[in-house]
Amino acid sequence: MSIDLSQFHAVFFEESFEGLELMEASLLALDVDNPDSEQINSIFRAAHSIKGGSGTFGFVQVTEFTHVLETLLDRVRDGKQTIDADCIELLLQSVDCIRSLLEALQSKEEPDTKRAAQLASVFQAVLDGGSDGNSASLVKVNAIIGEAIVAPLIETTKKDPSSVERNPVATRQQIGFNIFFKPSLEMLKDGNDPIRMLRELAALGEMETTADSDELPVLQELVPDNFYLSWTIELLTTCDIDDVEEVFEWVEGECELSITPMLEDSTVAVDSPTLYQLNDSQVKKPTTSGQRLVMPSGPLPSLDNLQLDITTEPVQAMAVAAQVTAPVKAEASSIRVGIDKVDSLINLVGELVITQSMLGQMGSSGESITDENIGKLRERLVQLEHNTRELQDSVMRIRMLPISFTFNRFPRMVRDISIQLGKKVQLELRGENTELDKTVMEKISDPMVHLIRNALDHGIEMPAHRIAAGKPEVGTIVLNVFHQGGYVIIEMTDDGGGIDRERLLAKARTKGLVGESEQLSEEQKLELLFSPGLSTVEKVSNVSGRGVGMDVVRRNIQELNGSVEASTEMGVGSTFSIRLPLTLAILDGQLVSVANQTYIFPLMSISESLQIDEAKVSNVAGGSDVYSLREEYIPILRLDRLFGLCQEIGVLKDSLLVVIESEGQKIGVVVDELLSQQQIVIKSLEENYIRVLGVSGATILGDGTVAMIVDAVGLSYLAGKDIAAAKKMTDAAA
Amino acid sequence: MTKILVVDDSASMRQMVEFTLKSAGYEVVDTVDGQQALDIAKNTSFDLVLSDVNMPVMDGIELVRELRQLEAYKYTPILMLTTETSGDKKMAGKGAGATGWVVKPFSPDKLLATIKKVIG
Repeated sequence: MSIDLSQFHAVFFEESFEGLELMEASLLALDVDNPDSEQINSIFRAAHSIKGGSGTFGFVQVTEFTHVLETLLDRVRDGKQTIDADCIELLLQSVDCIRSLLEALQSKEEPDTKRAAQLASVFQAVLDGGSDGNSASLVKVNAIIGEAIVAPLIETTKKDPSSVERNPVATRQQIGFNIFFKPSLEMLKDGNDPIRMLRELAALGEMETTADSDELPVLQELVPDNFYLSWTIELLTTCDIDDVEEVFEWVEGECELSITPMLEDSTVAVDSPTLYQLNDSQVKKPTTSGQRLVMPSGPLPSLDNLQLDITTEPVQAMAVAAQVTAPVKAEASSIRVGIDKVDSLINLVGELVITQSMLGQMGSSGESITDENIGKLRERLVQLEHNTRELQDSVMRIRMLPISFTFNRFPRMVRDISIQLGKKVQLELRGENTELDKTVMEKISDPMVHLIRNALDHGIEMPAHRIAAGKPEVGTIVLNVFHQGGYVIIEMTDDGGGIDRERLLAKARTKGLVGESEQLSEEQKLELLFSPGLSTVEKVSNVSGRGVGMDVVRRNIQELNGSVEASTEMGVGSTFSIRLPLTLAILDGQLVSVANQTYIFPLMSISESLQIDEAKVSNVAGGSDVYSLREEYIPILRLDRLFGLCQEIGVLKDSLLVVIESEGQKIGVVVDELLSQQQIVIKSLEENYIRVLGVSGATILGDGTVAMIVDAVGLSYLAGKDIAAAKKMTDAAA
Repeated sequence: MTKILVVDDSASMRQMVEFTLKSAGYEVVDTVDGQQALDIAKNTSFDLVLSDVNMPVMDGIELVRELRQLEAYKYTPILMLTTETSGDKKMAGKGAGATGWVVKPFSPDKLLATIKKVIG
């Protein structure tokens, strides 16, 4: 039977990456002085599974490397090897190495095994050291590694060349075996049945058996599941002794067994069946080495072809599979969904079907419309609404993953960076089971990495500083995740030196971001942290400050319809609070009406709405209008003109101004009316139409009409000219 | 139909084994660790148990030991799926009452050939 193993590759990769994460987490948590055996066991199991799977699915490079790793772990598990910090470092590097091997294999690239080879030699050195110079075990380990290189073919390559070579010799001397087989009394108790072995022997050739029942006791003394028989067997076969021994492999030590070759001089009698047998055995056990042996001589063309076809099949099939399945990039990802979530969906769909059939029945019953019927109809519509809402929630839950999927790599990162910086830092994760939409989670990862790097580099002080300041030597970074009214809040707190507002301000002044005489509130000073082109650290280290600033962090978070805020206290530490919507598919929207059209503003982007006071509107050169909002001038943007809804200049007096904020810039958008606020299901405009600047998507309203969702970032881009005009006004006023 | 209980904590191995066995016409129930397997085995009877060795919660060796205590599994063939090349793990399995083993990595064909030995 041919089974295409590549269908299991995706699962293998997924579980291997999970296994690596688990290994990493366990390694980081491992207390070197007092290692927990269950932790070591789980590290071992993960490595072991990866090795087993990679061998089965033909990823030799991984099997080879994991084997060395596993050998070391096994020794640790058996207490033959102590685990120290260097050892953990080595194991962590191996995790990275396996991960990169797997990633290459997953995207069907040739993995780079250089690093694996280097690490393997380090392992070797550790193993050598641990074996007290016992060279025998070293040789053994080497031999195993040698075997592992050809792991998928390990069974066949070992035997085939020899059987091909040995068989012709054997035919001249050996025609079979004399076997004596006496099972132990207990053999039946582990499920081994001597009948099975006799059956297998019979399949190897011609067999004659003589059973010896002398030891069978009298009926009263007979224990039913004891075994009393023994056999003398004459087996005429061209098989190797290995094949015969293999039959008894599982009962070694549970029986008396002797296998003696039966010799005969006559070659003629067995010659032709031998050739047949030989072909047969080769066909059954195709190997590349078999191919090499047969091809050059080529006396039997038909056999040759057959041989070639079969032997190359696994390799070719794999290559073809690789070509046919279009290069599936790692992005074709899947989500693992808990069975409870699927069950709840099925349950809800069931209820939906019931409600639908109840409504259907009412519709087709032909009853006249009475008040009573209307009442029933309403009741059922309410039920339908209820069902739909629950179904929506459940479907959303499918995309939700615990945030630990992203956060689990942080402990390792914190460890590596703090070592690099010579600082002592511990990371605390709280609420890592809080669930978040998969896409949001993927996109929040980079900003989080940046924040943590910053905290490590600029926040936490050097151990000596900390002690001098009366703080514990080890700094702490806490990541706390929790739900708050339809949002997920990620809080990152460090107990470092805090952010110096005055330095921020001084920096901003030298960069010309803040005027010399301009006074800022404490809050505004801290906000400077997020302005583009501001880095408080003079020298750029390779940990943070590589050109990606906090402004990018904030923009990335805003792209997710989220927000980020900072708070800090000198000498005590800083907190960054990120607020994210649970999902990207739904947002809280403010419906507005402009020229009889409905538009939607993300509620998050609106900072205020106000009745326009015409006295505060100024017309500046170039046709831009600006509005005097408290101390600053903000550009007025007219959606009706921008989107070509009407060209006349309407009266601003009756209109409302919605002030939106994007990247620190306020823009006033003129709308006719504020409508309701509601949850909006976002439909992609790009997928269904084309990308439109200033519009981030669309939705379908209750009455079936399509409404555009306004994109604050896009609008600020469109209003670039007006923004510049408003800035000038503000500066002039100041 | 011949019923086989498969126990392995690795999803890919489990799927591969299950797919292979089902393609060959066997009925398969798969479980993720020894404890789950044991719970199922207590209520359903199987003609063969194929179990991984290294698993969380309850490992394969312990599972074999537990199964052999059950009247219904006294003689049931139990094969260990093992990557151990060394003899002592195999012997630990035997000691607990396993019938035999299939050495990983194995191909679907090899798996089928091996189990045919015990359920002819």
